[in-house]
Amino acid sequence: MQDKTDLTSLIFGRLSLESIPYHEPILVVTFIVAALAGLAVAGFITYKKFWGTLWRDWITSIDHKKIGIMYIILAFIMLLRGFSDAMMMRLQQAIAFGGSEGYLPPEHYDQLFTVHGVIMIFFVAMPLIVGIMNYVVPLQLGTRDVAFPFLNNFSFWMTAAGAGLTMVSLFIGEYGKTGWLAFPPLSGIEGSPGVGVDYYIWSLQIAGVGTLLSGVNFTVTIIKNRAPGMTLMKMPIFTWTALCTNILIVAAFPILTVVLAMLSMDRMLGTHFFTNDMGGNMMMYVNLIWIWGHPEVYILILPAFGVFSEVVATFSGKRLFGYTSMVYATIVITLLSYLVWLHHFFTMGAGASVNSFFGITTMIISIPTGAKLFNWLFTMYRGRIRFELPMMWTVSFMVTFTIGGMTGVLLAVPPADFVLHNSLFLVAHFHNVIIGGVLFGMFAAINYWYPKAFGYKLDEYWGKWSFWLWNVGFYAAFMPLYVLGLMGVTRRMNHFDDASLQIWFVIAAVGALLIFGGIIASIIQFVVSYRRRDQLRDLSGDIWNGRTLEWSTSSPPPQYNFAFTPVVYDNDAWTDMKKQQFERQRDGFLPIHMPKNTASGFVLAMLSAVCGFGLIWHMWPLVGLSFVALIAGVIIHTFNYNRDYHIPAEDVTRIEDERSQLLDRYA
Amino acid sequence: MTTNATDANSMLPSSHFYVREHHPESGTLLGFWLYLMSDCLLFAGLFATYAVLGNSYAGGPTGADIFELPLVAVNTGFLLISSITYGFAMLQMQLKQVNGTLFWLAITGLLGAAFIGLELYEFAHLIHEGYGPQRSGFLTAFFSLVGTHGLHVSVGIIWLAVLMVQVKRYGLTTENGRRLMCLSMFWHFLDVVWIGVFTFVYLMGVL
Amino acid sequence: MLFPRFRHGLTLLPLALLGGCDMVVMDPSGDIAAQQADLIIVSTLLMLIVIVPVIFLTFFFAWRYRKNNKTATYDPEWDHSTKLELVIWGVPLLIIIALGLVTWISTHKLDPYRPLDRIDADQPLAMDHEPLTVEVVSLDWKWLFIYPEQGVASVNELVTPVDVPIRFHITSSFTMNSFYIPALAGQIYAMGGMQTTLNAVINEPGVYDGFSANYSGAGFSDMRFKYHGVSDDKFQAWVDEVKQQGSTLDRSEYLELAKPSSAEPVSYYSTVAPDLYHAILNRCVVEEKMCMDQMITPDHPN
Repeated sequence: MQDKTDLTSLIFGRLSLESIPYHEPILVVTFIVAALAGLAVAGFITYKKFWGTLWRDWITSIDHKKIGIMYIILAFIMLLRGFSDAMMMRLQQAIAFGGSEGYLPPEHYDQLFTVHGVIMIFFVAMPLIVGIMNYVVPLQLGTRDVAFPFLNNFSFWMTAAGAGLTMVSLFIGEYGKTGWLAFPPLSGIEGSPGVGVDYYIWSLQIAGVGTLLSGVNFTVTIIKNRAPGMTLMKMPIFTWTALCTNILIVAAFPILTVVLAMLSMDRMLGTHFFTNDMGGNMMMYVNLIWIWGHPEVYILILPAFGVFSEVVATFSGKRLFGYTSMVYATIVITLLSYLVWLHHFFTMGAGASVNSFFGITTMIISIPTGAKLFNWLFTMYRGRIRFELPMMWTVSFMVTFTIGGMTGVLLAVPPADFVLHNSLFLVAHFHNVIIGGVLFGMFAAINYWYPKAFGYKLDEYWGKWSFWLWNVGFYAAFMPLYVLGLMGVTRRMNHFDDASLQIWFVIAAVGALLIFGGIIASIIQFVVSYRRRDQLRDLSGDIWNGRTLEWSTSSPPPQYNFAFTPVVYDNDAWTDMKKQQFERQRDGFLPIHMPKNTASGFVLAMLSAVCGFGLIWHMWPLVGLSFVALIAGVIIHTFNYNRDYHIPAEDVTRIEDERSQLLDRYA
Repeated sequence: MTTNATDANSMLPSSHFYVREHHPESGTLLGFWLYLMSDCLLFAGLFATYAVLGNSYAGGPTGADIFELPLVAVNTGFLLISSITYGFAMLQMQLKQVNGTLFWLAITGLLGAAFIGLELYEFAHLIHEGYGPQRSGFLTAFFSLVGTHGLHVSVGIIWLAVLMVQVKRYGLTTENGRRLMCLSMFWHFLDVVWIGVFTFVYLMGVL
Repeated sequence: MLFPRFRHGLTLLPLALLGGCDMVVMDPSGDIAAQQADLIIVSTLLMLIVIVPVIFLTFFFAWRYRKNNKTATYDPEWDHSTKLELVIWGVPLLIIIALGLVTWISTHKLDPYRPLDRIDADQPLAMDHEPLTVEVVSLDWKWLFIYPEQGVASVNELVTPVDVPIRFHITSSFTMNSFYIPALAGQIYAMGGMQTTLNAVINEPGVYDGFSANYSGAGFSDMRFKYHGVSDDKFQAWVDEVKQQGSTLDRSEYLELAKPSSAEPVSYYSTVAPDLYHAILNRCVVEEKMCMDQMITPDHPN
């Protein structure tokens, strides 16, 4: 009997039947719904005999277009989870007044605000921007794929593995109860002895590897793989912001890796990085995590700025105002984002001179940011503006982000921050800029490039419903939070005594409900658009009268993107080609050199997830085995020298002929 | 890699708007260098932590108490010489000498293994004395900085062994050449980091 | 900085817009907090110089240059104007310079570590004044207030006299919290093994909310206390009451108190072990542990 228990604890670590929260009705119901949905999807795939295609054409694909789409699908799935968390919190805070404890047990609520933040930043916002960059950047550069296609696939699956591990925490064990940045000592082994913080650490470490490699991949792609004639200053503005974003990723993510590793060492090995005693210093954690954290938010917003630049120029029918100025503004923002991190903890007592320095650097960043805003305005000036959905999202962004930016500069004044730090005012500010900036930017991007990716436009009616519900909902949900912050209400509270606050929370909950409507409208938009795709079809490949090279391809583009690489003479390369009345190449196609699909990325990422799971639950044999398998897998992969093939010239000719005929018929 | 079918097509003039063949330069070396810079930042984080926690002895030993400079000097010698021997390996590679390359790679690997061996001995000794990473903030920072460097060297040795097998089996192809260049950057980078460790941790800890 | 009436007037403006909700941050009762509220107003006004035109122009341009408005000029190649760029970069730069100056000055003036130089706008204070000292310890999940000069302590109730400068010395038993009384002054973190300082003064008698503004675990939502600003007499009466009713706060009692609990009722201690706060700060309440301030320079040969 004793041997059996020892063997069980060796194999299963601290995992036991008690780890499954079958006492929590909310989780049980969630599990049943999720399981049923999963079974339904699996059944549908089986019915359509789609498993083979799924494996061959998607899971093992190294095509940047497929990978981009998969990132965005992942983001939408995680948006549903992250938003459910938000809805539950809003509901709890709307009813838990004057003695009422609400409907959520406090330990559940405390996990909610932690996991909501982590999911929204790491598994919604990041996959959205990385997915858009994946799809668009190679096409804008006039090239076939990214510099390291296999690595691209691996990066996606590592992100998905991190997301998966986070989702598993819902049904096996629990998540951290520390807030999304998990400050010690609360997140140390004494403050959080359970598995929650370990789920946090390992899912982010795994996803972080994927993101870092993506950063390297895209930086090299943009520097090395541009079409002939496309100097850096002739690149589309979106690729400029993508370049700066990816440089930021390479420079910031190693810090996240190292600080989470230190936290895990404190938890697992009893070291003293961040403990109160024995020489540890928790302020070190706060500094390191925000040295990552601030560049992170610029990683999120810069691609959105790039999207807006493209959209404003295209839908105003005008060149982007001040291209050079925009480029320099982006570079300045990138550099300055490293000099502001302390503004996240003015209240930690660094003293007046240090606080002032960081406050002032934070304000300085608003200058290039403001310059960008003005440049968008003056692109609209004397343009001919078409209010398609991407442009609608852009106009809303310009107003919403401006308000959020203003409250940000306000918080950058340290004494003002002393009264507003960690209040609902702060929560309103960052949602203001992330939703108004990043999310609206990604909605604009999706509406803008969807026709390119799928060959038909998104339905406008449901798109407008989504737009208005999101906008009204956002303001209703977050403006009350500014007021509450000024009323002295702090964040992360699971119940309140003061009943006079309740009305504001109720308004916020209604706002959240409207946003939920917006999400539903988006989903309906996708479904309806698919069903009406023949009416919404784009045959020209250039549905918006675009300005950059992706619009020169068919919608969707062929696997190889460009049969012949275009030569670039000016900014807005496609507009320039149209102006010069280019002639489409109709023959003389050559075999095209392409990379092969691979299962390695998926396998290695799944092994990483298993290893992470083992580390969380202290299942040491599992950790050992999966780690060895991981190393072996990597080594075996490097022995594969046979990684590419050629698309025969006949196939290319056939595809290009089809397109030529289509264009002749409908041009 | 072209096929015969292209010969006829290569007679076509390329148009003003397109080029027929466009092969972007290999980005492997740039990409690896970028990764290496991110690794540099990882070490920067560890150095910063060492700077902050380096005086937090918690009543335990200081650097002067536990560092054995002669041992560290020998170790430094191993690593620095291994960089030179890797350089010899690269020269042999450029002369297309498979056996010469393999020989110098082997020497490099042995020197690296000696480095790791001595370092493990140092760690074991300290832990045995009760001066492990759990003793104080200073020791936590010391073990993690030096230990992370050691982990990187160990990965480098495994990589080196794998590459030796690949060079033996497939020869000094372009791809293998690129991989050897990447490992070269990695190995020299770890040398530079060690110089930082040697200076800021050991020398300044004792002086 | 601004005349009191003007400040009140400006403060009332947003209040008027939000009819009757109690925005304590904008209408506080302590001088430091009042200056911080002014700062919020001044900064906002400075920024509105840019924000209002930007929002207006966004809507205006969107409307005027819509596709259907054929009367508006269409200039598709116009994408550069040096003059405009100078304004675009220059005006925000000037505003940020102004805001930067305001930031530097106010951050130094309202530095929590800086001894007060005034009771309120009308009553200056000598720099070498003697403040009332209160030692604050954040525990899981309640607040301990030690009055070293009076030799008493209380849990979850803070009382100080009005118009008397207070110096808070703040630390934590374990997790990181943030000591915050919105009506009084800005917040500052409470961290284990470290001490932060907050200088403040309350100008109006009243009962105010105090709480932790940094999430610290399960009992966080209940980690609230009432702060009473009272007259000198009432303060002395309160101290007497504590001396009468309270028990002893020695090391073992502190260790009991430090055990995790939430929604603690108010309690009083009539005597406090003299070196208790020092032991808490240096993490040596448990007798066998070495105090941190003794660990700093170990006595080693070599």
